[in-house]
Parts: sequence; structure tokens; C-alpha cells
Amino acid sequence: MKNCAKILSIYASDTAGVCSMLYELGGMTIVHDASGCNSTYATHDEPRWYSKPAMVYISALTEMDVIMGNDAKLLEDAARAAKELHPRFIALCGSPMPCMTGVDFPALAAELEAETGIPVLGLQTNGIGSYITGAGKALKMYLERFARLDVQKNPRLSVNLLGATPLDFSGSRQIGAIKEVIRQSGFELQSCMAMDSSPEELRDCGKAHVNLVLSASGLPAATYLKETFGIPFAAGVPYGEKFAEKLFRDLRKSAEDGQDRISCADRPAPEKEKCLAIIGESIGAASLAAASEESAKIFVPQALGPIFLQEQDSVFADEDEIEILSGKAGAILADPMYQPVIPAGTVFHALPHEAFSGRCYREMIPVLTGKNRESGVQLC
Amino acid sequence: MLKSLAPIPVSREIPAVSIRDAVFPAPFASGLEYSPPARGAWNIVHTGMLIPESHQIFICARGCLRGVILTAAEMCAMDRMSWTAIDEQDFLGDGLERSVLEGCTHILQKMQKKPRCVLVFFSCVQLFAGVDIPALMEELKRRFPEVDFVDCYMHPTMRKSGLTPDQKMRVQLFDALRPLPIRPRTAAWIGNNLATAQNTESVDFLHAHNWELRDLPDCRTYDEYLKLAEAELLLTTLPAARPAGEILAERLNRMHLHLGLTYHPEEIRKNMTILAEALHAPAPDLEKEEAAAEKALAEAKKVLQGMPISIDYTATPRPAGLARLLVEKGFSVERLYLDAMVPEEEPHFRWLQANAPTIQILPTVHPFMRFAPRAKTALAIGQKAAYFDETPHFVNMIEGGGLYGFRGIAELAKLLIRAEQEKKAVEQTIRRKGLGCESCLL
Repeated sequence: MKNCAKILSIYASDTAGVCSMLYELGGMTIVHDASGCNSTYATHDEPRWYSKPAMVYISALTEMDVIMGNDAKLLEDAARAAKELHPRFIALCGSPMPCMTGVDFPALAAELEAETGIPVLGLQTNGIGSYITGAGKALKMYLERFARLDVQKNPRLSVNLLGATPLDFSGSRQIGAIKEVIRQSGFELQSCMAMDSSPEELRDCGKAHVNLVLSASGLPAATYLKETFGIPFAAGVPYGEKFAEKLFRDLRKSAEDGQDRISCADRPAPEKEKCLAIIGESIGAASLAAASEESAKIFVPQALGPIFLQEQDSVFADEDEIEILSGKAGAILADPMYQPVIPAGTVFHALPHEAFSGRCYREMIPVLTGKNRESGVQLC
Repeated sequence: MLKSLAPIPVSREIPAVSIRDAVFPAPFASGLEYSPPARGAWNIVHTGMLIPESHQIFICARGCLRGVILTAAEMCAMDRMSWTAIDEQDFLGDGLERSVLEGCTHILQKMQKKPRCVLVFFSCVQLFAGVDIPALMEELKRRFPEVDFVDCYMHPTMRKSGLTPDQKMRVQLFDALRPLPIRPRTAAWIGNNLATAQNTESVDFLHAHNWELRDLPDCRTYDEYLKLAEAELLLTTLPAARPAGEILAERLNRMHLHLGLTYHPEEIRKNMTILAEALHAPAPDLEKEEAAAEKALAEAKKVLQGMPISIDYTATPRPAGLARLLVEKGFSVERLYLDAMVPEEEPHFRWLQANAPTIQILPTVHPFMRFAPRAKTALAIGQKAAYFDETPHFVNMIEGGGLYGFRGIAELAKLLIRAEQEKKAVEQTIRRKGLGCESCLL
């Protein structure tokens, strides 16, 4: 049955995606919600919560506010807090109850912006979609609002990284390693959206020649940057050495010819069905498959909005389907919380994914990029 | 170490109020809320897991599911947690009803061995849509007659209308109990997440009069849980548990006594008198216990040497009462971290206003607390106080720690001494959810 699980975990929600993507950009993100969205996000989805303060709040919605349609309280509370905390911008997004009552976040954003003079992004999330959609919408809307149109191209070959959040890359180590190999390959890093980059670096993203889309949540921004600045993209995560080299070649070609390249989809079909299968987010899993020493396919959850799939790849809607699919694979590489539904006899390799298992296995997440990559996955 | 790349110009103003000027019961206006990273307090998942051999099924949106599922995961109990995610299509027609029936049925059909009891958790969405929950529960019982179904609620939107989600959870926790013949001289604690300490004077008193005591946290099987209904007398100590005791007593036609957790000697003695009257026995003389508590507090005072103390509302539901006790015994209480107080706190709050007016009350969820400068010098009672004061010297305690009566106070005095003498790793300690529960986090 779709949307149902006896024992599996669930991927982070769209509101977590919004908060995660905007976390380091100096804004105030407000989830219009009663209680749980912020503590869930802060506890399970946000490794930066303890050591790197950011303005992420809930509106503390009450029953009476919902019944009476009292959006004014949200606006007043947001304006009062903003007056004291001076955020660079405000982002409003919604949880299931506002979705049910049809709260119009773009309209609230316009009203709050008129009141405060601070730029406000109104994101129509609902706590139902996945983090991919929330993070994707948030980054695209942020760039639409703040990316400078009057920039000159960097004289050096430069790149933006799109779709970087701890939900897919956990702490700074993974993104740090990716940045390092990119620089070592002769690219100048314009920005990383949105980890360990300043708002100014994002604002000047139009200086870059090419974008590297690291996860599906970077794709809406990539599309926007293509349309607005003509910046092409390549999609993939530079896992291993050979795939990273290919990815960087693709990036260079894209910078030259302006064509987008789905590097992670450029994988040979496995010769046999019982091969390694990697479960996860489309671009990350496909990049691992491309970088794997053995031929591999990917299984992508329907909830994560599968993209760039190849013939050998599959989409699954629920626990029952992944159980059946896994039975046909030779081995599985996935978050440890998938293991209970993997049939006995199928070899299981654990690779924690924060968007699925939260902080349960955070310390086990390896760096899979660069020469100093850690063991856990056999990459070439 | 993470570095801040986007410095945020924040207000340096601490949203504190002197207790002299504070309003009871809610000193701060409601507004946007922050979530401080102290996770020791229990949530509805932890509490529900107290029923042995039970299984939980949550039916709500992804964003709401994520927190409860990972709560179960972190307490290594995913084999007792299932879910059905609501999507936008479910808002149409009978989608919300179908998601409950089809989801629960599908999950239970997949189980080779059915659980004895299933807690079905509904969320704000079903309540607002007017879903007929009793009818759904009846249908589930018809489909799986061998299973006891209990409707439970994750409905934070309604937290200010009627019972809070915490109170409601403690009520529903005993919903599967069915009337049983009374077992004479048996009492049960109701609604405590943590087992009540065995060495309290009230426990001794009950034992001395040949009463058997039962407590849900001590139950190891579902049958033991069901036998809580044999109790002749139901006892509650926590404000959040009081409705559970009252409702269960009415349903089972039992006597209920609320012997509220308190740190005030007169109230402790009054509780004992109420208990003694119910047992038709003379109230015991608690002079020795009171003297022992005073001696323990005097020893703690000597060790702490005027060290500033802060107390938060997660450590005890009676922070003002505890502050009063400590002030009366000469301790230096400087800060209370709380957002609201229970009605029972009013006389102690008023006493503090008159006798310790400079104590500061600070909120825990106010948005400015995200950037509030830390005191760094205090001994904290509670995880949130430890976090905000950034002190490794803290009593790691929730819900009163199961400490009760004069002996509970004596035990608390020992914990104060230990907190002064030993440092705890704040982040590693307070990040674990559900203090006292198993945790997969290191």
C-alpha cells in the first residue's frame, strides 16, 4: 500500500528542506505550524543546530488561529521578531494545517514585506512533500529574489554547487571534500548552495560559467540560472576518482558549449539483473552507481521525485515494493534503516543518509570524495 | 568546528523578567517559538512505549511522522512503530478515513504475530476534518478482534484547548484497561513516565499497611499492564497525570488521590494525611524524614557555597516550588527557565515575588533565546537550564526524577552535590531523547 510502512523510516519533509537550504543565509525562516515541525527539524534534520545558530522558528499556531483564519498573528509576531533580530530576509512556509485551510503564503509574504521593509519569501509548502521539493523551491526562490543580474563573468572558470544541504551531505566534511576536489581540478568555486558559502557568494552566482547539481533539490535553481544567466549544468556528485574526473570533464564541456549534461546518468546497463542496487536520492545514488567498481543500478523512492533514471533503474512507492525489488538485486547499498525489509540472503551494505535516518548513524557517514575518501563503498 | 559564515546582527536584550514583575501563570507573550536542543523530556512515543507488547501506528503528514518515527528509531524500537502518510489527495472525499483503515489493516496483516495492543495516533488534520474516530476504532476492532486498539493523539494545534497532548496521552495510556475485580489493598501510580522511587515515605506507608503498589513503568508484560485495573486506589503525583487518574477512576469506579509532587513541607504532610485518611490509618509522623531532608539540604548548601542555581520546567513541573524550598534553605537561586506555570505553583510564585524578587524568569521558546548570552556560572537543575547557562554542572532530571516527599528532597540534595562535583558533557547528554529510555546515540 502506498504511503504506508510497517517498519521503514520516512524521508524528511518539505519544511525541513526549506529550513535546511536557507539555514546559513542570514534569514529568518518561519514554519507556520503548531509545534512539532521545528523540534523535529532541529533534532533529526539539522546537524548545525547546536553549534551554528540560525533564525528558524515556528509560528506556534493554535486551534483558534486556524478556525478564525487569524493570519494576522503570524504577521505581527514575525514583524516583532524581525524588528529586533534584523534578518536579511524572512521566509514563510506552511505545514499540514495551513495547507488544509488554504493559507496563501505568497500573499502573506507580500503583506509582511510591505509592513517590515524586509524581503519576504512565501513558500507554499505543506509538510506533506519531501525535503527535495522544499529545498528546491527555497533555493530557486532565494535566487530569483537575490541573485544579482548585473554581474560580469569571472575571468577564471568558475562553478556554483547547487543542492547542498546536510540532509544529503550531513556535516561539513562531505561538502568540504567536494569543494577541495573541485578546486584541485582547476575550477574556481563561486558558491556552494547552500553550505559554507556566504549570502554574497550566492548573490554573485551569475559570475559562474557552469553549475554542478549535487542533488535533485538543486535542479529548480539550475533551471532558473540557465534561463536567467544562460549557465549550463552538469549533474552528479564527484564520488571516487574516475567518476569525478568524468564529471569535471563534463563540467568543462558544458561551460564551453552551454549544454547541460546529466553525468550521473551516463552509466552502462549492468549485464545481469542481480547486480548491486543503490537506494537513495536520484543524483546521489546515480553518482555512486556511476562511481562503483561493479556495475550498479539505482532504486529511487517515489516520494523523492525521481529524475534522470536509466532503463535499469527503478522507482518504488512503498515498503512492499522495495522489498520485492531488493529480492531481485545481487546486493543493496542503502541507509541502514532499509535493512529490515531487505530479504535474507541479499547482501546489504550500509551507507547512512541523514534525510532518512536523521542523526542515528550520523557519525558513520563516510567521505566518499577525493583521495582521502573513507572506506564503506568500493569506488573506482 | 563549524564556523558562522553569515554573521547575524542580533539583539543583545535578554527577554528576562524579574519574578517581582512577572505575570502568573504565563510571564511572556506568545509569539514565534524556538526549539532549544535539550531533548530529555519524553514525547508521546516514549510514553506510549510504556505499554508492554504494544505497537504504535501514526497516521499523519510526513513532517509530523518524521519526528515520531525517529524517536522510535533512536530508542531502538522501530519494530514497534508503523505509519501511514497522509497526502493531499486524502483531504478529498473519505480519503482521511480510508488512510486509517487501509493503512492499519495493511500493516497488521503484514505482522505474523499480532501485537496485543495497537495505539493508533491521529493528528490535527483528522480532528479538524471531523473524522469519526470512534467509528474507525470500532471498525478496526471488528477487523482484528484479538487486538486492543487505543485512539491516541498528536494534536499540538489543540494544545491550548482542553487537555494538552501530554495530558491526553497519559489519559489514553490507560484506555485499554478493562474493569477487573478489585484486588484489595492494591494501589497503582497512574501517569508517571518514570517509576516512582521505591524508598519514599508514602510507599513505605502503603507497604506498612500491607498495600501492594503497581506502576506502569514496572510492567513487563501486557497482562501485568491489564492488571493495573485491579487496583483499588489510583494515585497521581504529576500535574500532567491528574486527568488520567480522574478519568480512569471514574471509568473503573475506583478512588483516585492526587498527591501532587511538591517541595513544600506542609504540602508533603498534607498529602500524607490525605493518603492516611484513604487508608483509614493514622498519618505517620514525618519528623525524622523532614529532619533528614533538611540535613541533606544543609550539606548541599555547604558544598555549593553560594553557587548560583537555575531551574527549568522540564526538570520538575514545580520549578517555583523547588525554588522556594531552596531559597528558604539559603541557596542562591538566580534563574527560572519556564514559559508557563501550573496552577499549583501560584502560592510559591507569590512567595518568591515577596521574598526573592530578583530571581529572573527566562522563557525557553522565545525567539531571542536563540542568541541569548549565557550565564556560564550556574549550577543547573534540568537540561534546558544547563543548555542556556552553558554549564557542565547540572542535575540531569525530568518530571521530578521520580523523587517524592521528604526523601525525594534528600535525594535531590545529593544530586545537587554530585552536580557541583562532576562535570557532564552538555551537548552529548542533552541531545538524547527521552531521558531514561534506550538511545542509539553515543
